[in-house]
Amino acid sequence: MDSFGSDFSSGSGTGKMDTGAIMEQVKVQIAVANAQELLQRMTDKCFKKCIGKPGSTLDNSEQKCIAMCMDRYMDAWNTISRAYNSRLQRERARM
Amino acid sequence: MDSEGVRTDPQLQQFIETESQKQRFQQLVHQMTEVCWEKCMDKPGPKLDSRTEVCFINCVERFIDTSQFILNRLEQTQKTRDSFSETITD
Repeated sequence: MDSFGSDFSSGSGTGKMDTGAIMEQVKVQIAVANAQELLQRMTDKCFKKCIGKPGSTLDNSEQKCIAMCMDRYMDAWNTISRAYNSRLQRERARM
Repeated sequence: MDSEGVRTDPQLQQFIETESQKQRFQQLVHQMTEVCWEKCMDKPGPKLDSRTEVCFINCVERFIDTSQFILNRLEQTQKTRDSFSETITD
């Protein structure tokens, strides 16, 4: 993550940075941001579903619940992504 | 910044345009997943059952409908209230 900042500043120091390199860096940054977003929301949702009353440890049934919850959250994400995409396709076809 | 420095590489401009669009899509998927998860998901089971899946799909459709409805209605009320809104916004 810090490589972007340092690469960018060293690039601007020489006055120019290769367009391809910029695009590559931006893509990596976007991927990291999306992964963080997903991780944060998934943690939130699965904590809510699986941890009733926080105990002294994360017990076995809670771990199983979290594992299932993660898989279902990914299913939900993918289902919603597909549904949204097909809605966009339909709306574009209507125009 | 001088005008030379501001002049953008068309390839980069195109890239930023498509990436921004992709990002808006992804962001809305994150948002709708969160909203629809609350609406549709009971206890997470070993697989996604079809009832929940249908709920997710309907949830997306109705979320977008809601967003469009609100936008249209605000537009309508803006039009009919034009004489008032002038005094409000001023």
